[in-house]
Amino acid sequence: MSARAFEAVTLVPGAASGPVLKLDEPLSFWGGLDSATGRIIDRLHPQHGACVAGRILMMPTGRGSSSGSATLAEALRLGAGPAAILMLERDAIVVVGAIVAAELYGLACPVALADGRDWEALANASSLALEAGADGARVSFE
Amino acid sequence: MALDLSPFDRELLSGAHGGSAAFAMRLLVRFAEAVDARAFIDIEAAHVDGCLYHGRASLDFTERMIDLGGKVRVPTSLNVGSVDLIHPELFRGTKEHAENGARLMRAHVELGCAPTFTCAPYQAVWRPRFGAQIAWGESNAIAFANSVIGARTNRYGDFIDLCCAMTGRAPAYGLHLSKNRLARALVEVVSTQEDWDNERLAVAVGHAIGRRCGGLVPAIVGLPAGMSEDDLKALGAAAASSGAVALFHVVGATPEAPDLETACGGLAPKLRLQLTAEDLRKAARSLSNVADGAPIGAVSLGTPHFSIAEFARLMPLLDGARPLIDIFVNCSRATLDELRQRGWEGTLREARVTLVADTCVYVSALMQARIGAIMTNSGKCAYYAPGNLGVDIAYGSLAECVASARAGKVMRL
Repeated sequence: MSARAFEAVTLVPGAASGPVLKLDEPLSFWGGLDSATGRIIDRLHPQHGACVAGRILMMPTGRGSSSGSATLAEALRLGAGPAAILMLERDAIVVVGAIVAAELYGLACPVALADGRDWEALANASSLALEAGADGARVSFE
Repeated sequence: MALDLSPFDRELLSGAHGGSAAFAMRLLVRFAEAVDARAFIDIEAAHVDGCLYHGRASLDFTERMIDLGGKVRVPTSLNVGSVDLIHPELFRGTKEHAENGARLMRAHVELGCAPTFTCAPYQAVWRPRFGAQIAWGESNAIAFANSVIGARTNRYGDFIDLCCAMTGRAPAYGLHLSKNRLARALVEVVSTQEDWDNERLAVAVGHAIGRRCGGLVPAIVGLPAGMSEDDLKALGAAAASSGAVALFHVVGATPEAPDLETACGGLAPKLRLQLTAEDLRKAARSLSNVADGAPIGAVSLGTPHFSIAEFARLMPLLDGARPLIDIFVNCSRATLDELRQRGWEGTLREARVTLVADTCVYVSALMQARIGAIMTNSGKCAYYAPGNLGVDIAYGSLAECVASARAGKVMRL
């Protein structure tokens, strides 16, 4: 299959690539993610047991406790966070966790808003590359 | 679209109001751009959730603020921390966790935040007024402030709530704006389980709408009259745990929903959801992962923090045989003082109640050594405790929790 690229909106700038982890339901990082390992520990979540570390995490919306930002920042600090996050709705909790990791530790976890029409195609890719800059973002796969 | 900064915002950014305010404003600007806000507004108060220790990042952030100098610019209350500073002997975790947790709590006080350490600031002097623009963290408090009081806040997470407090500014987006406060999901409770009390109904409805309403503001019809403030608190806490609900309207009960038309502002709902007694039974059942009759090691009440009215419901239930297992009840320092003034503390202790202030058992290492499941009347605690504490959980009404404490196993009434 030839390479395909999709436009997206930058929420947190940066560039990353990696294998895709698509969540079937929103995940609250706080209470749902073990920041030391990157594992999903929410027992009611369909991807319970999966690991977000190094993945391009596709989660349509955010969810749950507002303490999720610190969990995400801590996971990123420990190297157990996702490589990048793709969403369909803006989520402040996710954005803040990623911005703080960038400010305090200089670690980039770009966050971008994809178009709902592209979601299935992106989710079906085994790995994705995200470039999120000031003028917009681009998600692509081979 | 460009972000419109006021002269005051520019002063904050330039460092004219101190280094920590400049750092906070810089983060707020990036945050505002990320959420597509066009301007900032003044806030009257903040409630900061960042004093709960999640690891080094939260401490690094707060200590950076202290190093840069400065104080919060608006009255700021604090959410629960990781340790009970009043009863430190209760802590069962590592020494490092206890020390860092306490250090983080004191660091926030150093920045000028009030040492309230409660997730129910709305049931104390920190209750905002109707229509107040505020920046609150803590999902249950956000849901309550927006829904039950009609104050206006978005779901501010860790870090950003403190940034708002350090600047007195918040991005003008989301639930700060009237148009976004209208209901877009209509939830009809079409039948209920007759022998349930309002609290259990509230938890089941909250859990169900959290899972099914996504980011839409729900308007709920069909709830019985006479839902108390504590019932609505339980509803919001459950909905904000199983979902992202930051504002809900209960038609005829909450201030922005005198009737359905007002709650929806003339907009047609994007989602219609009917909840039957069977849906609600299922929702309540999904909150337990042990069978009825299973042994329990402790009961946990007060997630969110127990109010005086909730203690008043608990007191008569404790009349009778002494429980076989401990009952932990989380509450604020202010409520603890009130309990002492009322002379209830001794009665509670005799009935094996351990009062926990400043923190909450499901975020703190207090109960890990218990053998058996934990039982709770809280949808939020039931939702998070298995993941957070690695314990099994049973959900039940307040009366069932007390009966189960007496029997040492999950009892249904």
